[in-house]
Order: sequence, then C-alpha cells, then structure tokens
Amino acid sequence: MLKQVEGSAAVAEAVALARPEVICAYPISPQTHIVEGLGERVKDGSLDNCEFINVESEFAAMSVAIGSSAAGARTYTATASQGLLFMAEAVYNASGLGLPIVMTVANRAIGAPINIWNDHSDSMSQRDCGWLQLFAETNQEALDLHIQAFKIAEELSMPVMVCMDGFILTHAYERVDMPTQEQVDAFLPPYEPRQVLDVNEPVSIGAMVGPEAFMEVRYLAHAKQTMALERIPEIAAEFKERFGRDSGGLVRTYRCEDADTVVIALGSVLGTIKDAVDEMRTGGEKIGVLGIQSFRPFPLDAVRNALQNAKRVVVVEKSFSVGMGGVVATDVRMALSGLHMHSYCVVAGLGGRAITQASLVRTFAQAIAGTLPLLSFMDLDWRIVNRQLEREATIRRSGPIAENLLRDVGSVASKVA
Amino acid sequence: MLQIRIHGRGGQGVVTAAEMLSLAAFEQGRHAQAFPSFGSERTGAPVVAFCRIDDQEIRLREPIMAPDVLIVQDPTLLHQVDVFQGLKPDGYVLINTRRSFDELGLADISQRFRHERLVTVPATDIALRLLGRPLPNAVLLGGFAALSGLITLEAVEHAIRHKFKGKVAEANVAGAHEAYAYVQNEIKELAHA
Repeated sequence: MLKQVEGSAAVAEAVALARPEVICAYPISPQTHIVEGLGERVKDGSLDNCEFINVESEFAAMSVAIGSSAAGARTYTATASQGLLFMAEAVYNASGLGLPIVMTVANRAIGAPINIWNDHSDSMSQRDCGWLQLFAETNQEALDLHIQAFKIAEELSMPVMVCMDGFILTHAYERVDMPTQEQVDAFLPPYEPRQVLDVNEPVSIGAMVGPEAFMEVRYLAHAKQTMALERIPEIAAEFKERFGRDSGGLVRTYRCEDADTVVIALGSVLGTIKDAVDEMRTGGEKIGVLGIQSFRPFPLDAVRNALQNAKRVVVVEKSFSVGMGGVVATDVRMALSGLHMHSYCVVAGLGGRAITQASLVRTFAQAIAGTLPLLSFMDLDWRIVNRQLEREATIRRSGPIAENLLRDVGSVASKVA
Repeated sequence: MLQIRIHGRGGQGVVTAAEMLSLAAFEQGRHAQAFPSFGSERTGAPVVAFCRIDDQEIRLREPIMAPDVLIVQDPTLLHQVDVFQGLKPDGYVLINTRRSFDELGLADISQRFRHERLVTVPATDIALRLLGRPLPNAVLLGGFAALSGLITLEAVEHAIRHKFKGKVAEANVAGAHEAYAYVQNEIKELAHA
C-alpha cells in the first residue's frame, strides 16, 4: 500500500512486519523515532509476542541483543553515532559469536566537535567488525532492506547493519510502498537458530579460543561474508519477484553502459548524484553512477565489472580516514587492481554539509578535465581553514580549534541553507 | 518540480507544515518529499523546512536554495534571516502577518517579484481565535492553496486530519478555510490594484 510517511515510521513498520521477538534500544538522534514507533506497537499490542526492553546504554542494548539472540529470539536494535561507538565492544562480540541481530544505524557524524548531523563516520568506524553493512538509497529501500536483512542474517547466522542516512532519510516524508503482513510472512520464515541456549540441549556459547583456532574462527566469518556475496543478490531477486521492486543487492548501475566517467557512492546522496549525471548527460558527457548497496561484504567483482570500460572513477563519500583519505575509495582501488584508470576521491557532506547538485556537477567536470586532485574536499571553506593554520603558526596558545572556527564563521542563524 | 521553503520559529510547527504539505500533495497523487533543515531546533530559534512536489520520483536531496514558494510563519524573521534568498522571479510568497508588504517595509520585494503572488494573512490571529493557541502552520496551508492553486483546500483538509485529531483537527481545518477565503479575496484586490 502506498503511504506518505516519515522514513523512521516506514522502517518501524517494516521491522514490525518482520515479527521481531526482542527489541532493546537506547534512544539517540536521529534513530529515536524508529524505536519509539516500535515501542508504541509493542505497548498497544499491535506487535505481539515481542518484548521491548529499555536499557541503560547502547553497550547494554547490544549486550541484551546478544543474550536474546543466543536464546533464539529474533532480535532488533538501532543506534547512531556515539551510541554505536559506545556499543562497539559488544558489536564485535555479536559478529564473533555469529548471532543474526539486525540493527539500524541512522548515520550520523562522530565528535568531537559534537555534531548531530549526517555523515557515514559511525558505520565506517565499524567497517571491520564482522557485521554485514547494507546502505539504503531511499526510504523505500531502507524499509525493504530491513525485511531482507533478517533473512540474510538468519540464513548466514551473521548480524546485519542497515545503514540509512540520518535526518536526510530518517526525518524525510516521502512515498513508500508498504508490504502486507502476509507478503512479509511468505518471504521471511520464522527464525530457526543455528545455535541456541536451550536447557534441554545445553551448550555454552562464547568460549575462549587460543592461537590454535582463533584464525580459523575469524576466517569462517570471512567465508560467511563471501557466501553473502552470493546470497545478497539472490535474496534481492527473490524480494523483487514477490514485491515487484529492485531493492538491495550488491551494486546498482545508472546510465553506465557507455560511460567514460563512473561516480561511486553509498546511500541517499545517490539521488542527487543521478540528477547531476542527468544534467551532464544532457550536456553530452558520458557519465554514469555505480551505487554500492552492500559495503560489507564489499563486492570487489561487481564493482570491477561495472568499471571495465570506464576511463575514470570518482568516489563521493561521506566518510574520511584522517591521515589517509576516503574509506570507500580505498576499497574501490582494491577492486580496480590491474585496471588502468584515474580514480578520484571526493570527501563530501561531513557533519551534515549540504551536498548540492551544482557542486557535484562542478566536481565531476573537474575530474573529466583532469584538474581534480586525487583527494579533494567538496565545498571546503578554505578561508577559515587557512586562518586557523595561520593562527597556529603565529601564536603558541592559539586556542581550541572548533571555537576559533565558529568565531570566524560568524552567526549562522541568518543563513538559509 | 515545485519547491517550497517554510520559515518560522521553533514551536510554530514549521516541520509539521512541510509534512502536511507533502501529505496534501500525496493525496492528489503526486510525489512529494518533506524534510527539516536539521538544525538544533529550540523554541523560538529560526527553523526552516522544505517540501518538493513533482509528478515523478524526487531524487534530489539538497536543501531548497531556489524556492518557487516561500511561506513565512513569523514576520519577525524578516529582520533576522534573508528569507527571500534564491526566490524564483515568478515565485509565490505568503507571510503570516496582519500587515501588508508595504507596511512590513517590503516595497522593494513587491517591485522585484510579481506583486499578485505576494500575499499576507493574519494566520496567528485566526489560530488564536479558532484553536486558542498561536499555531499558524495549518492555517497558512489554506492560504497557500488559495494563493497558488497548486494544491486543493480539500487535500489540505485531508492532511490536517491526518496529522491532528478531534477538536484540534477541526479548528485547524476551519482556520485553513478562513485563510483560503481571506487570500482569495486579497488576490482579487491585488488583481485590480
């Protein structure tokens, strides 16, 4: 059924349709509306056979999720930003133990400086934690990915993070097609755990493993993610058959057939990039887009195949490894091994900086002209950067950086966007 | 694509207004995207919300920098925020005030833009009388329907009833009707001016 709803409300409804049995969560913006929506459903009885557990922190949220998943319950939680960092130790445990928890990460920057706005720093900080990481382009895809995520997680017995852009998606009202309970039930069978704490057949979960087998346990986690490279597109295909739309999968191309330039990105910025690409296509440029839906496992082959005939690739990413450059771009370069082409990394949208079509078009044109640096920062305000560098070069006690820059920027209340 | 930017202050229902606009457009079978400016909204602080309406899927996710329509929920913002920034030359403006553009000191705006598309409506007065609270957001949407003809009053009513229930919904619907009639009348006068 078509609905006009907030992204968070759409995800809450989709998670409820997946019939979770335990939801444990600690509120943090911009994820809060999702678990509030689920809490209301548990309270009013519309989501039955589900326990909603208020916990005292994100670390507790993931710890409870580990316990309930090990006890055989379909388990869901959601977090963002500092919340994800605070639960990090338990996040690694969930994947190390092979527990199929599904978690929404409503992507938001990480402080300091404290910032509540969107970028991908939070999920990228957990890139290596062993969870699968799927990124949604639209609210439709976000809700569809949650339904698929439970199936992927439970088939592989691995946890899945569904990443959706905080505020840009979570707080946006747009049209979604909400499936029925019958459709979701037919797609997603009840949870059959591979391992379960059962008093009738006792096992222990979480043994200490020494050098004799630790590498093998780790390798098996990698082997499962490699299997996921096959199961994710299969499950997306099954989803399309039942629900009639393309959602999820490993990667998705847009106008790439004859493209000399391919732009790669994750998440909701793909929409603005497609509009920028349409504008440049009208101007005669052969340019296309490759959206990555599955960041972990990283689809090296699918990315490589999509780039075979390109002359250059531009990775636009909302994440940044300080002292190195782009996080996604580094993985893309691995996929390009042996292919001869220019690859540019454009860091954009950190901490909620607007990514505009005009800036994207200008950046892509620079890449095509060969004038774009290999690593660039879209719409960086060099004026305030250089003022601070000058301050530090001339004054020993140059003061706190964030506060200095805010003074240099001046009042932002008068700015529209 | 039609792009609407709504300016107001925290607590005036700016974000809710954009959401209701998107609901009204959806009700008329159109694609719509509403989103807030994601600032640290506090009561009284300037707040911006956006709504895009189109006949096809809306992919663009940037803030609205060149709006077709401006709705200003609080006239005191005119001295604090450049609300007219980027307004298209044939754009529509609806300001919540008892005063006219000239009385607000906006004569230059009347010169620069199409004057028959620049209207004011005392939405806070209407809301205070009908709702008992100074919440002009839903009332203004009735004015917007009359000003632009881009959404129907019926769709606005539907959106209000979707967001609010009972007496609050009915008072807001009545307010939207009153603002609709007020703006229709104002447009007639402007056409003769």
